[in-house]
Amino acid sequence: MKNGKHTAIKVRKITKSFDQVKAVNGIDFDVYTGELFGFLGPNGAGKTTTINMLTGLARPDSGNIYVNDIDCIRNPKTVQHLIGIVPDDSNLYPELSGFQNLCFCASLYGIKKIEREVRARELLEIFDLVKAADRKFGGYSKGMKRKLTIAAGIIHHPSILFLDEPTTGIDVMSARQLRLIISELHKKGTTIFLTTHYIEEAERLCDRIAFIVSGKIIRIDSVPNLIQPIKSRHTLKIICAPGITKLKKAMEDNFPSMKIIIQEEGVLRIEASKPIPVGPLIRFLEDRHIDVFEALRIKPSLEEVFVDITGIKIDSMKNEKEKSGGTS
Amino acid sequence: MKTFTAFWNILKKDFKTYYLKPPNISWGIIFPLAWTGMFFIKSGNNIESVQSILPGVVALSILFGTTSLLSVTVTFEKKNRSFDRLLLAPIPLEVLMLAKTSGAIIFGIINSFVPIIMAAFFIDMSHVAWFVFIPAVILIAVVSTFLGLFIAVAVNEVFEAQTFSNFFRFPMIFLCGLFFPISSLPFFLKPISYLLPLTYGADMLHGAILGKNSISVGINIIVLLFFCTLLFFLSLRNVRKKWIL
Repeated sequence: MKNGKHTAIKVRKITKSFDQVKAVNGIDFDVYTGELFGFLGPNGAGKTTTINMLTGLARPDSGNIYVNDIDCIRNPKTVQHLIGIVPDDSNLYPELSGFQNLCFCASLYGIKKIEREVRARELLEIFDLVKAADRKFGGYSKGMKRKLTIAAGIIHHPSILFLDEPTTGIDVMSARQLRLIISELHKKGTTIFLTTHYIEEAERLCDRIAFIVSGKIIRIDSVPNLIQPIKSRHTLKIICAPGITKLKKAMEDNFPSMKIIIQEEGVLRIEASKPIPVGPLIRFLEDRHIDVFEALRIKPSLEEVFVDITGIKIDSMKNEKEKSGGTS
Repeated sequence: MKTFTAFWNILKKDFKTYYLKPPNISWGIIFPLAWTGMFFIKSGNNIESVQSILPGVVALSILFGTTSLLSVTVTFEKKNRSFDRLLLAPIPLEVLMLAKTSGAIIFGIINSFVPIIMAAFFIDMSHVAWFVFIPAVILIAVVSTFLGLFIAVAVNEVFEAQTFSNFFRFPMIFLCGLFFPISSLPFFLKPISYLLPLTYGADMLHGAILGKNSISVGINIIVLLFFCTLLFFLSLRNVRKKWIL
């Protein structure tokens, strides 16, 4: 119990190594009951390893994990009654239909036949999969597979739900629908532990977020608190013709109150504590025969905070994830 | 009750998804048929030889039927990660592995009756000691299934499971007294025979069908139960060590 909030998940100093690589390096955090907690980090940060340890699919080398005050390391099977797990890979049975898959997953929790059939139909309705209920899971689209995997994860009404990269690799419409469903579950009081590499998704959905990089938690806070330090920061992004690298020093001399960052050839990022006058900057560049194509004001966002704290480029993180096929 | 619901549904799902598929049904029929035919022809079309080869054919049908399927129901499911779903379910690991192996045990027992039914057309089966034959078939099915499980959890790929299985299965044909008495083996191979569980199952079958067993039924049962327990718990240990990282 902290500040009147009950702790659903308590993690203390857990570590996990694979061969010589420390996948998770002494992390601590609490997830409160009814909270939607985001676990944000690049590929290989330790997100899936952490979920595996929290759900009993991996054993930490050291540290403690408590789920609803139950020691998860000693009693993983007791904990598994309380939790629902949606892995990053849709691992249902391709030979079974959507309906059969849901009924089978319900049976693993000891739910009786009539109850599981009613629940399966209810979930197929909620997830808009009624028409595909009798089709084999193997023939589903990626978005449908994700939806059915989430439905299977909540078939037994778990009080805590682990979602590992729920929207990775699916179309925009399905991702939007899934986010709505996640929000609905959260509103109904389900504690949700969500790992993602989509910062906008974490920002939109989560109450609190932990940034994890190289197996270590760098920062945990609520979205407003994370954004607070950069709220007063003004940022401008200028897209222009190549040739700006050699002008950096001159720009810094001309605009001493601004921080000039060359993100890549042709992309300038300018930060200041006051509103940035665009005209003088554009004139400065054009006078030096650099064509300016675009000037964009960047709103303070979680993405900015993440880049500030971790130094990781968001685009590279996304690309890396998509290339890897969506596993962490 | 909840655990039983899970157990029953895993078994039912495996039967539906794997065992009742036409390739497996035909495997269960064709394989014993081929063995019987092969040994029948080899013995010079002597009808009486059917009886002498029957214990070996029954044992082989069970051994190959059970061990082949575990690589699919366990190794394949682990490979495509659907096995993780079972590991994440609140079912004790022992119950889960029993549920995953019960289908193969039943399949092995059904397989054993194919050569028996075929033989019934050719020879008089009234002398068979069924009270020994039935426990022998069940114990061979269980021990072979657990041997298959041990192999299935020791490897990562389906083809590795098949290759590794053959490494055990084919020597067993010659070393376990199925068709040639252990006494006729070279002296240095005899100790190996007694380290293989099928030796004891085959001996029980020889006793039940031909009335010629070299070890007492009680000892055969105890040794087979020992092998079943050993292989099952070694498999569980491997699952805990390799799959629950």
